[in-house]
Amino acid sequence: MKVVEALALAISGIGANRLRSALTMLGILIGVAAVILLVAVGNGASVQVQSQIQSLGANIIYVYPATQRVGGVAQGFGGAQTLTQADVDALNDKSQAPDIVTAIPITNSFGNMVYQNQNWQASVTGTTQDFPSVRNYDIAAGSMFTGQDVNDDAKVVVIGQTVVDNLFGGDPNAAVGQLLKINRQTFRVDGVFAPKGTGAGSNQDNVAVVPINTAWAYLSGGRGKNISQINIEASDASTVTAAQNEATQVLLNRHNISDATQADFQTQSQQDIQNTAGQITGILTLLLGSIAAISLVVGGIGIMNIMLVTVTERTREIGIRKAIGARRSDILLQFLIESMFLSGFGGLFGIVVGAGVSTYLGTIASRISSSFPPPVVSIPSVLLAFGVSVGIGLFFGIYPANRAAILKPIEALRYE
Amino acid sequence: MTTIQPAVAPTIELQDVVKVYRMGNIQVNALRGVSFSVTGGEFIAIMGASGSGKSTLMNIIGCLDLPTSGRYLLDGVDVRMLNDNQLAGIRNRKIGFVFQSFNLIPRSTAIHNVEMPLIYAGLSHQRRERAMAALDAVGLADRARHQPSELSGGQQQRVAIARALVTEPAILLADEPTGNLDSESSLEILRLLVELNDDGRTIVLITHENDIAAFAKRVVRLKDGLILEDHLQEQRVEVSA
Repeated sequence: MKVVEALALAISGIGANRLRSALTMLGILIGVAAVILLVAVGNGASVQVQSQIQSLGANIIYVYPATQRVGGVAQGFGGAQTLTQADVDALNDKSQAPDIVTAIPITNSFGNMVYQNQNWQASVTGTTQDFPSVRNYDIAAGSMFTGQDVNDDAKVVVIGQTVVDNLFGGDPNAAVGQLLKINRQTFRVDGVFAPKGTGAGSNQDNVAVVPINTAWAYLSGGRGKNISQINIEASDASTVTAAQNEATQVLLNRHNISDATQADFQTQSQQDIQNTAGQITGILTLLLGSIAAISLVVGGIGIMNIMLVTVTERTREIGIRKAIGARRSDILLQFLIESMFLSGFGGLFGIVVGAGVSTYLGTIASRISSSFPPPVVSIPSVLLAFGVSVGIGLFFGIYPANRAAILKPIEALRYE
Repeated sequence: MTTIQPAVAPTIELQDVVKVYRMGNIQVNALRGVSFSVTGGEFIAIMGASGSGKSTLMNIIGCLDLPTSGRYLLDGVDVRMLNDNQLAGIRNRKIGFVFQSFNLIPRSTAIHNVEMPLIYAGLSHQRRERAMAALDAVGLADRARHQPSELSGGQQQRVAIARALVTEPAILLADEPTGNLDSESSLEILRLLVELNDDGRTIVLITHENDIAAFAKRVVRLKDGLILEDHLQEQRVEVSA
């Protein structure tokens, strides 16, 4: 018997019990929709995290001071001050590190900012004029301070939108040119960064950026010319690894360390962070998907249950079919196709519902919570869910269909 | 699909057929050594009271069941040598079944019921046409689109006969075909069977009623799993169409 005829038989069988068939499909529908929706939520979280990491700066490599070894004894992490301005200068030397576009020193401190009768606290970063290009900041108003400002210890500052909101009532243009106090020192606002939003756990708009020499001179609180990290911009994504290797080599040479495992600094590329975050969100997605998959299995058991009932109900029909020449394989095919039809269509409707709800949640995500990531439907999850639902029809359909197929014709005919 | 050639004798040959059922601990000897043969074109009635083994005999002749011992040769082939699929093929092509309770597939139209053996025969060409011709032969062409529940008992049985005939089998096995019908419809069905026999088809009719058996050319009486008598009927009831 051809599949087309078996399909026609299956459809008429399903049509004979519409409500029951619909309820059976509903089980698979919910399972598939749940898988697609939850994977989409996990995926959305992943996409959001990745884009936030990306917004920290494209092609960026971070260099941190690492455990310093004194006579073979490891000192505490981050306690060391192993990075110097000379290191930065060496990294900016094209003959030593051709794939590095720019390296900037970063010194971080905390600033108490006062403007008129308003006060606010923000992270104060001392760096150079190349900070916006390396860290992906745009200037919304005014301008970035210049290299001259860095050399002159100029008391100028470029602030983020959150600072503007809290000290200047939100208007970037109103802030430019104003004088504010950071830790009792008077600074002139040269520019305002365009907002970037919350990235990787911290508010990237609650910043104040000053020339590094100024930070050392007025804000370091006597800690000297401390560099808490160096940020390196590679020419593009493909050269990040090369730039990372060059930076490592330059710094090992400068610090007279021959064994890379003994390095007193560590480098981390945007890619490293993304990989780590990707692993975490991947596990999250897998976990969500697995939970949803349980409901898919429950739906499959529902199909098996209904198919067993159907086979029992139609025992006599099976006997008639066998009497007029149906083979075992014909009967098997008829019931298998019926169960796969139920699960397949349940799966198709599940895709529609799952993708629909995901998309709807995406459009109202910002209204639910500012941190709720819009779900992103992943095509592989859709294909997988559909494939699995058809497979479930096959798996859970085989037993009932086989029971029908091996019925003895006389016993089936006698069945009342 | 090959068309069945009118068989050269004997079409059905039973040699000392024994059938033993086991129902729990009780052993039921349904057939205790039955031998007879049927040649092409015969109209044979198998008679007996309930429990005489006639239904078991019908199941064996119809290849729905296999003998416990003894041989059943159908067109010279010992059916015990055949596997499940080959038996299904024989039921499909060599034997047409007509049951007491019609046994049409519910929720399927008359034409679809008649078409079904052709589907299982793997035929895709001219299926509708052949099913329609078979329905026409039993006078129900105008009811092709009706479901069994929309047909009278006599009409349902005629659809069942059309279904039995559609693969042009050499043997038509009818198990109490008029048992559920009123006398008017019964006569119609019997007329149809006689006509088919006149066209050369072998008919095996199972019944417990003498009136019905009177239409056959030969009567085999069973009692307690054995043949009581086997005789030709000279005084056959003639049906006027």
